Amino acid sequence: MATHEHAVHAHAAPQGFIRKYIFSLDHKVIGLQYYFLALAAVFTGMFLSLLMRIHLVWPNATIPFFGDIKPEQYLSLLTMHGTIMVFFVLTTAPQGGFGNYFLPIQIGAPDMAFPVLNMLSFWTTFLGFIVLLAAFFVTGGAPLHGWTGYAPLSALQSAGPGEGLGADLWITSIAIFCIGALMGALNFITTTLDMRAKGMSLMRMPLTVWAWFITAILGLLAFGVLLSAGILLLMDRNLGTSFFVPLGTVNGILTGHKGGSPLLWQHLFWFFGHPEVYIAILPAMGLCSQLLSVFSRKPIFGYKAMVYAIMAIGFLGFMVWGHHMFMSGMSPYTAFSFSVLTMGIGVPSAIKTFNWLGTLWRGRIRFASPMLFAIGFVSLFVVGGISGPFLAQPVLDIYLHETFFVIAHFHLIMGVASIFGIFAATYYWFPKMFGRMMNETLGRMHFFLTFIGAYCIFMPMHFTGMGGLLRRYSQYTEVAWMHNMAGVNKFISYAAFVTIASQFIFLFNLFWSMFKGEKATSDNPWEATTLEWTTASPPPHDNFGGVTPVVHNGPYEYSVPGAPRDFVMQSDPPIESKH
Amino acid sequence: MGLVLLVVIWLITILGSYFIIAKTWWLPVGASAAAAGIDHHFTVSYILMGAVFIAAQLGLGWFVWKYRDKGSASKEPAHYSHGNTTLEAVWTVLTIILFVGLNLASHSIWASERLADAKPGAVQVEVTGMQFAWYFRYTGPDGKFGSTKPELEDASLGGAGALGLDSTDLASKDDIVSGVMVVPVNREIEVILRSHDVIHSFFVPNMRFKQDAVPGLAIHMHFTPIQTGDFELACAELCGLGHYKMHGIVKVVSQEEFDKWLADREAEKQ
Repeated sequence: MATHEHAVHAHAAPQGFIRKYIFSLDHKVIGLQYYFLALAAVFTGMFLSLLMRIHLVWPNATIPFFGDIKPEQYLSLLTMHGTIMVFFVLTTAPQGGFGNYFLPIQIGAPDMAFPVLNMLSFWTTFLGFIVLLAAFFVTGGAPLHGWTGYAPLSALQSAGPGEGLGADLWITSIAIFCIGALMGALNFITTTLDMRAKGMSLMRMPLTVWAWFITAILGLLAFGVLLSAGILLLMDRNLGTSFFVPLGTVNGILTGHKGGSPLLWQHLFWFFGHPEVYIAILPAMGLCSQLLSVFSRKPIFGYKAMVYAIMAIGFLGFMVWGHHMFMSGMSPYTAFSFSVLTMGIGVPSAIKTFNWLGTLWRGRIRFASPMLFAIGFVSLFVVGGISGPFLAQPVLDIYLHETFFVIAHFHLIMGVASIFGIFAATYYWFPKMFGRMMNETLGRMHFFLTFIGAYCIFMPMHFTGMGGLLRRYSQYTEVAWMHNMAGVNKFISYAAFVTIASQFIFLFNLFWSMFKGEKATSDNPWEATTLEWTTASPPPHDNFGGVTPVVHNGPYEYSVPGAPRDFVMQSDPPIESKH
Repeated sequence: MGLVLLVVIWLITILGSYFIIAKTWWLPVGASAAAAGIDHHFTVSYILMGAVFIAAQLGLGWFVWKYRDKGSASKEPAHYSHGNTTLEAVWTVLTIILFVGLNLASHSIWASERLADAKPGAVQVEVTGMQFAWYFRYTGPDGKFGSTKPELEDASLGGAGALGLDSTDLASKDDIVSGVMVVPVNREIEVILRSHDVIHSFFVPNMRFKQDAVPGLAIHMHFTPIQTGDFELACAELCGLGHYKMHGIVKVVSQEEFDKWLADREAEKQ
């Protein structure tokens, strides 16, 4: 620990509403700001998916206050759904939200290393969200090029409605988001390396901290590339350059570009896009490890293996982007090497799964809501992990690429599993953030409806994918083999309606419990070991009330033989450890 | 609660496995030479991955029920263990063998489909995608495609006009342009994929064939139909508002019918 750092963030507790709740420097307030931004975003993105599911099943239906959904509007919906969910939910809540709030407390620090940068990164992200939503309201509407924005479709104003100002706003929004994410990543890395309390060695850090730390490194390396790609795309669109657009015509009219490479965009995009998957899922993996240990009352099985697996996933995550491009016209020799590396990333993922099962084995499992979501996470992660090796093999990807099998795969593992992580984190840390408990009955209802609902939505998509159902079709009325799957598509939509409705149970529980929830009986209601449970709920401005915690133990010392309680906190006197 | 979780997780596992084993929704009939090999590899992958899926889910359900906190009924504390290095090594090695082995097992199919070029004597068809139609061009008797120029493209003309065929090029005189892909059965078809505007993808499920058509590139691929009939094709890469209706037909006919079709098209041009 360097001595200067106390001076850096020894900012006094702010007075006044604006400095306290809006332009706050306190990582806890900023964490909540990120969380509520993601909450607004996730309900927006979910509403868009509701419109999509209605349209797919009843393509001619008129929606109240919205009217008919035209093909280009359907494509705008899916573009915005994907962009909002990936950037403003899956990247924002687990890292910006919970990471911000709990990383400093879990390592025993009074705040992030750069509080002003932290505030800036949130407000930058917020601005990005507003710019993105603005795309809905400009002439031509939101872009129709999908969240992957493949050029030349995304690069040519004439390629379709929404490819005018809407597309410029979309790219600008992503560029702004990247800047915010880069600032956040720097802050997380510096904080983890420099601000750990005495005794908090790297190998005593909770796995949540490891996950946030590696995620930040991934973000630092990935978002810079996406930012550059976005700037190049803006130049192609508005300054007449041709990075991504070759000689060609749209509707018989020359585009005025020549010499660019559409594949260059895909390489740059997926160089970001694949690590992004791990940016979304790693924090959930770290949290899930934590919760399985807490609620099984057992040390995590294979702590070191878990740390190395997170590192391996992060490292390999940068070498597999080409598996999104097997059918793109990329060299088929390259496909082979990307394929082997992709299968390789399955190995640390499998190690994590085995270790989770090993943690449950011979435990004393307590079924509180956070634990239910953690168990659900493992189940979803297994399904998503099993469908991955199909898509990772180019031979099978010939058929599966762009089908609903892909939709099923990434929604389960990157979408639903990550969101289960966010739910678990909410139920788990709610008493620390608000001093009250969330309602357990509502929590269980929410879990079972969402768990079964998610499977009812996404499991059948594997089957329709095997039947050749293609994604990004605004309706399935034209192609015979797709039209034949109307029945199962209807089932998926009904399942989606029920699952979406049950999210309002969560929303109600969240806000109701904030004000009316049962008061937490102690500062450590789950009887957990990490440092956030040693301080008040909610923690004071400097997190530990003027005390600097000292760490003596590993993060997962449960059911230690001979100990007075079934958990030994990290700040408790050292135990006789025979690792 | 442990029992409820067990039942839910096991039911999901059983239902999911049932629909795969029963093939309620499955690959369409394979009509190309490569289909049998690809379908076989699908089956192998489903058996291996399915076994892992079932074992992991059943294990998860079993553990959460078996090791639930029984309250005061059981005095036995949770097992204090930080893991087992031997076990970690065993499952790491097993997973590597499974994943990498599965990949290597399918490599020969990939090599014959994508690494090897079409053999000499294959029937050449140039497939061009544009918002939102497919055009198929044949060389005609001279065995050569005539040159095309982007500035000549006029979609409203259809056929040769839409492709921007340069009529001053002698090789283009006998080129045939069709809106339907007609190919002879049991002959290797060399597809040359192009696009005028944005990325499209040429997907024929029965042929187990998919490849993006990228503007600026001419991508050479091949497949061998082994069954006559009409097979639907569709665009598999988001290309704009008409993406959902950018579909067409691959008509696989006998060699004689194919020759007659070509000759009739030549005659129409005169």
